[in-house]
Amino acid sequence: MTAGLVARAEVTRGAFTLHADLRVAPGEVVAVLGPNGAGKSTLLSAVAGLTPVSAGQILLDGDVLDDASTGAFLDAAHRPVGFVFQSYRLFPHLSVRENVAFSPRARGSSRADARSAADDWLARLGLTELAARRPGDLSGGQAQRVALARALAGGPSLLLLDEPLSALDAGSRLDVQTELKKHLSGFAGACLVVTHDPLEALLLADRLVVLEHGRVVQEGTPAQVARRPATEYVAKLVGLNLYTGTVDGSQVALDGGGTFVVPNHGEHGDVLVALRPSAVVVSPHRPDVSSARNTWSATIVGLTMLTDRVRLDLVGKPSALVDVTPAAVAELGLAPGGEVWLSAKATELEVYGQVPGSRS
Amino acid sequence: MPRRLAVALVAAAVGLGSASCASGSSDTPSATSSSSLTGDITVLAAASLTESFTTLGRHFEAAHPGVTVRFSFAASSALAQQITDGAPADVFASASATTMRDVVTAGEASDPVVFATNSMEIAVPPTNPAKVTGVHDLTSTAVTTALCQPQVPCGATAAAVFTNAGITVTPVTLEPDVRSVLSKVELGEVDAGVVYVTDVLAAGEKVRGVEIPDDVNASTDYPIAPLAHSTHAEAASAFVDYVLSADGARVLSAAGFRQPGA
Amino acid sequence: MQTLSSRERERRATSGGGSRSAPVPLLVPAIVGMLFLVVPLLGLVFRAPWGQAWTILHGSAAGEALRLSLWTSTTATAISLVVGVPLAWVLARTHFPGLRLVRALVTLPLVLPPVVGGVALLLAFGRSGFVGQYLDQWFGITLPFTPAAVVIAETFVAMPFLIVTVEGALRSADQGFEEAAATLGAGRMTVFRRVTVPLVAPSLVAGAVLCWARALGEFGATITFAGSYPGRTQTMPIAVYYALETDPDAAILLSLVLLLVSVVVLVALRDRWLRGAV
Repeated sequence: MTAGLVARAEVTRGAFTLHADLRVAPGEVVAVLGPNGAGKSTLLSAVAGLTPVSAGQILLDGDVLDDASTGAFLDAAHRPVGFVFQSYRLFPHLSVRENVAFSPRARGSSRADARSAADDWLARLGLTELAARRPGDLSGGQAQRVALARALAGGPSLLLLDEPLSALDAGSRLDVQTELKKHLSGFAGACLVVTHDPLEALLLADRLVVLEHGRVVQEGTPAQVARRPATEYVAKLVGLNLYTGTVDGSQVALDGGGTFVVPNHGEHGDVLVALRPSAVVVSPHRPDVSSARNTWSATIVGLTMLTDRVRLDLVGKPSALVDVTPAAVAELGLAPGGEVWLSAKATELEVYGQVPGSRS
Repeated sequence: MPRRLAVALVAAAVGLGSASCASGSSDTPSATSSSSLTGDITVLAAASLTESFTTLGRHFEAAHPGVTVRFSFAASSALAQQITDGAPADVFASASATTMRDVVTAGEASDPVVFATNSMEIAVPPTNPAKVTGVHDLTSTAVTTALCQPQVPCGATAAAVFTNAGITVTPVTLEPDVRSVLSKVELGEVDAGVVYVTDVLAAGEKVRGVEIPDDVNASTDYPIAPLAHSTHAEAASAFVDYVLSADGARVLSAAGFRQPGA
Repeated sequence: MQTLSSRERERRATSGGGSRSAPVPLLVPAIVGMLFLVVPLLGLVFRAPWGQAWTILHGSAAGEALRLSLWTSTTATAISLVVGVPLAWVLARTHFPGLRLVRALVTLPLVLPPVVGGVALLLAFGRSGFVGQYLDQWFGITLPFTPAAVVIAETFVAMPFLIVTVEGALRSADQGFEEAAATLGAGRMTVFRRVTVPLVAPSLVAGAVLCWARALGEFGATITFAGSYPGRTQTMPIAVYYALETDPDAAILLSLVLLLVSVVVLVALRDRWLRGAV
């Protein structure tokens, strides 16, 4: 028996098919990261039992939740799964306490037992004072905690969270995030978080699964994924330039045109090259060429102000995103249409082949 | 689409307006008519007159091509109420002297003439499920009976029959007019209904009649009068005259009515 | 250039928005429409023989008719709730072949002349109707001309009001709450009872009120199917109709009583429920 969640299944919704392949061990928090339409919600829906799988199976702690080959299907109501929905879906006609008591009551506890279980969870999540309120009178962060309490009160062995922080305003987000992290690490069961926000995923999860176009494209620890993104999408999320090319010793011929000099590890074949935007130096004239540096010219097509830097969007061989200081923009007279020289140390280039977990 | 509908509605309204204007002028020339009478007349008549008056109306129109006769058949009491409330009509034919008197008292008609009388009969479904043989059977609770409302002539006349027979009948329903009673019998929903002789005749195969002997039977007079506010007084009088004519008597007799004094 | 009173300035400043007075092309038809609806009611109030109100109402069959009307329309509403709400749920939430036809048939009484409905009821549940004849043969039950027939006629005509209202609410209700309830371990009946019904409660009440008001005013189907007999099947509207021929004063008073009951219920519920209805 494999403890935790094992999902190897296909879920078809209209023209879209999700190919899910993931495991979540008890006590582990896995974040599924992906753009809109990647199939994240479909995945949660299938695991929760709101959508049946069209092929494959979903197991939880060795028990079959859904198996397309045998036809076995456990109703959502009978799955030991807690679901925190994106907009929380707290019952507006019930008080906070009644919301939290709903699951124990629906799962057969007496009214009194359900109530005391609810009070217990409210206390654990610091919600006791809000017990009598209606969901309409709660702040976003409070509603989020109530939704978590409600999901946990049913005693699930798997917790699902759909974009847990997206309904919050930026101000309360950080506090709630820290709070949520604490509660999730206290949860003994498996936990699956779906998000399109990389920061949320990086902070909450022990492991990331990147989903694109209905397929898992990368899997790994947050650090692995952040350092060596497998796809353009992931690279963009973690703020890296990503190139595909072919390495031959110290030379990488990029698929999109241009060449990089990289530290020679005697490798040959297809590779990915990641480059941090801040590792690139911009100069108005061609700099002195050194063998350890890559130097190429590019045209500025866009400038975006970030908090303390300006991100340049450059077209060249290869194209790149480059971060510079606002002062540099002024001193160098950087403007769209301007021609500049870029250089990057060979040691700044992260060159890697097969990405762990990648199945694209 | 809504615009087209609106246009259609406006056109219909204009059409109605001009039609009523045309009929309102009684001097409209009528080239084909052998009679000088013209216009639309509305005759309010007791429900029991439905068949015979429809026939009379057709005959009258044939004789006076310039005249169109429209009928409204209902309980005489309901019609009397409409007349005193100002319903535009030209002739009233009632199934009771009392309701006609109400209309005369209200100043809406004068000089009514009785043109027919009618007596009561028990109508039962063709299979006669309750085996009704006479009025005394109607006192049984096992026999469901429909009557007219007491203020409706057929209800009042039926009550007179029960008084004559010295019995009390508890109906299951008091219907608004004699035709409703008859249709409840036709549908087999009641075992018996007390209606006019003429109704049993008019219903043909759909009901069977159980006669009420003359010594307990009661009859009601049918008076007719042109109405005071008629806009076509000439045509209205002509219609009344026609009902009182030999031709009228023949049609009414065929329907089962008796002539007054007969 | 227009002038604004200081009061109007304050109102616009605090509650926002522009002028609150209606433009004349809207105002005039609005007033005409309102008068058209209100004037006939005033007619009843002005013509009512207030002096003899007590004797007339006490002496006539009015009390009986009102009692009959109240309990039959309430029973009809109760039946409509028990049967109509599940039916509305089925229409809103399930798919089966012929669903559209069923929906059309269910709402047919809304547009059918009530007398036609009454005839249809007679032909089905009457003593010789295709269902009624077996009720009679097997159980000795005959429905026409009984208070039960009044309830049936009223339910037939009024239930679609409830169904249509509740079905609309169920359709537009957020089904996310029902999904949430399912993930919390609630079976389908628990979801219906504890989530679906409370969420559409405002529409449910609005539908029930409409249904009750329609049942209270029912005339055509009732007189056709249940006939009319004082104290047994003669409801208020039928009593009014008959009284008009013999005793117009009583008719006016009976109408006023009916009007008063309806107004009290509608005013009490309209603001609270119809506005909140989904």
